[in-house]
Amino acid sequence: MGILSQVIFALILGIGSWIFAGRVKFIRRNIFLGKEQDLSDNPSARWKQMLWVAMGQSKMVKRPVAGFFHILIYVGFVLINIEVLEILIDGLLGTHRFFAHYLGSIYDVAIGFFEILAFGVVVACVVFLARRFVTKVPRLQMNELKGWPMKDATIILVVEIVLMGALLMMNAAEQVLVNKELMEGHGSFPVSQYLVGFFSGFSDGSVHMIERLCWWFHFVGIVVFLNYVPYSKHWHIIMSFPNVYYTPLKPKGSFENLDYVTTEVKLMMDPAAQPPDGYEPPAGFGAKDVQDLTWKNLMDAYTCTECGRCSSVCPANQTGKLLSPRKVMMDTRDRLEEVGRGIDAAKKAGTPVEGRFEDGKDLHSYVSAEELWACTTCNACAEACPVNINPVDIIVQMRQYQVMEKSAAPSELNNMFTNLENNGAPWQFNQMDKANWTQG
Amino acid sequence: MFQSFGWYWRNCNSMTVSVKTMADYIAAGETPEILFWVGCAGSYDERAQRVSRAFSNILEKAGVKFAILGVEEGCTGDPAKRAGNEFLFQMQAMQNIEVMNGYGVKRIVTACPHCFNTLKNEYPTLGGNYEVVHHTQLINELLTDGRLAIEGGAFSGKKITYHDSCYLGRANGIYEAPRMVMEKLDIDLVEMKRCKTTGFCCGAGGAQMFKEAEKGNQEVNVNRTEEALQTGAEIIAVNCPFCNTMMRDGTKHFEKEDHVSVLDIAEIVNDSLKS
Repeated sequence: MGILSQVIFALILGIGSWIFAGRVKFIRRNIFLGKEQDLSDNPSARWKQMLWVAMGQSKMVKRPVAGFFHILIYVGFVLINIEVLEILIDGLLGTHRFFAHYLGSIYDVAIGFFEILAFGVVVACVVFLARRFVTKVPRLQMNELKGWPMKDATIILVVEIVLMGALLMMNAAEQVLVNKELMEGHGSFPVSQYLVGFFSGFSDGSVHMIERLCWWFHFVGIVVFLNYVPYSKHWHIIMSFPNVYYTPLKPKGSFENLDYVTTEVKLMMDPAAQPPDGYEPPAGFGAKDVQDLTWKNLMDAYTCTECGRCSSVCPANQTGKLLSPRKVMMDTRDRLEEVGRGIDAAKKAGTPVEGRFEDGKDLHSYVSAEELWACTTCNACAEACPVNINPVDIIVQMRQYQVMEKSAAPSELNNMFTNLENNGAPWQFNQMDKANWTQG
Repeated sequence: MFQSFGWYWRNCNSMTVSVKTMADYIAAGETPEILFWVGCAGSYDERAQRVSRAFSNILEKAGVKFAILGVEEGCTGDPAKRAGNEFLFQMQAMQNIEVMNGYGVKRIVTACPHCFNTLKNEYPTLGGNYEVVHHTQLINELLTDGRLAIEGGAFSGKKITYHDSCYLGRANGIYEAPRMVMEKLDIDLVEMKRCKTTGFCCGAGGAQMFKEAEKGNQEVNVNRTEEALQTGAEIIAVNCPFCNTMMRDGTKHFEKEDHVSVLDIAEIVNDSLKS
């Protein structure tokens, strides 16, 4: 069994990692379909931001209940990965509890602690399932979650419970064998000791088999999960870190000035001005499709974990308007996936896309004008997002397309534009009266 | 309640302030300390005009040499930018920058958080580099420096709630200056549940002020005003002309306009000046 199981283990790990790497490459390519934006300034402030917001979960705990249980899962996930590392070493080298030989009593304490963490993860997952299906937290019931997103969330929670269950069962089985002095013991198991009774009446052989089975199940489960995650909202476990790192450091109210518009405006305002050498007028204004957004907008889309804190504080959403910032992020991601798959399909068919991918659809087929025009740009969504996603930035760029490319602003806004052009004010007042207020 | 504030409206409506423009200063060979960017609401909206006058009076009392641009001031372009008309925004911005750079403007104060945000954050890359402060910040500065003195007076013991505007609050992280100003008065400042970073929008931002809201089951300002009224405050303090309109409309919706006043912090301060 020895060498054969090592080979099988290595094969599963290799194939799993290879498929995972392919998916990561696909996502990375998709993100870089977006427009350039330099976000490399001030690395020390960025590291600080990442340590505080992503690693420190500082925005998660603003909602204490969800925040607390999320930290249970987060800490559990991060620390139990040390045990996963050991599983990988054991699997490849054919050892058993590799670290135990090196760490001695520290190992025993760690294993016991991991059990408590695993139990914490199970509790948190149960609480999260209850929040979705029993107490029905409003932000977890909104329209955009119907169908796949809700299933996705449920699958993740159930899988985490099952994986932790396998870990605990494995330890319990081991303990049975240790008690019979058939195996070397490693301290006490504070949680799984209560599961030992489950094995009463089992033969030593079956207990041993169950112990191995749980070990293999845990490992294969992890590999399968690894390949599920990047197709899921759960992908935030990776993306949160770079996404928070690259959050623009400027104030939230500071919206990007479009430099291609600056050039155009300068040419327009000064008749004597000459266009710079090699100047080409912009091909389009604002965001028609995902490629017109910045790479950071697209990274935001892949980072969204659909928690809905944004929509639960959105003034438009909370007063019954169609707009939901979460849906804007989900739509952006879904459209980006569609574009990415389209580009790959064309390449496979031997007709690679030259220039821009076109399929008769765009981001506006996903996000309607009614949604876009309901935004007050109040930034409550961006503030609430635990991983610094900014839906407002996407909404405004899509408005730019509606206005500058399609001239499709609501008529009242067109009136406002006209007033601005003619009177230098959004209302119909004469600019010559601008100082009349001083005479009350 | 309305009676006790009757003096207030009379007082403000009849107030005329003498304000000099940048051009006046230049003609007299002088340089003002600061430019007061009045903004379109502060210039044309009757309610906001009162705030402009109150604030001018404060500046005068503090002995601040300030100027306005008067007819040379155009909209900052904020509503055009948020509505997606980047062309119009940049045209407005460049015209304003030309005027201000021509006058050598260094420091700007404005009573509108939208103007504040745009001037401070979006003008620099277009060539307009100024130190921009919001009027609540400047008032706080004048109080701290002892150039201005206030006392509770008419507001003494009054329950006041403060509504954070999005463009001063979340957009620029300014939550404390307005509160510090009000804490200097002998008032009972009560916070709404959604305040500071979680403050709820009045519904006017992002160019919503200039259009009907999309279909929904409630107006945003009604939602917010309801929360403000629940605090039991007699006064809703604001820092933005648009919030002022929206919250005032909200009090009308609940038929509370005779009992609850919506006042800009500049108005509260102006009526608390030590003579």
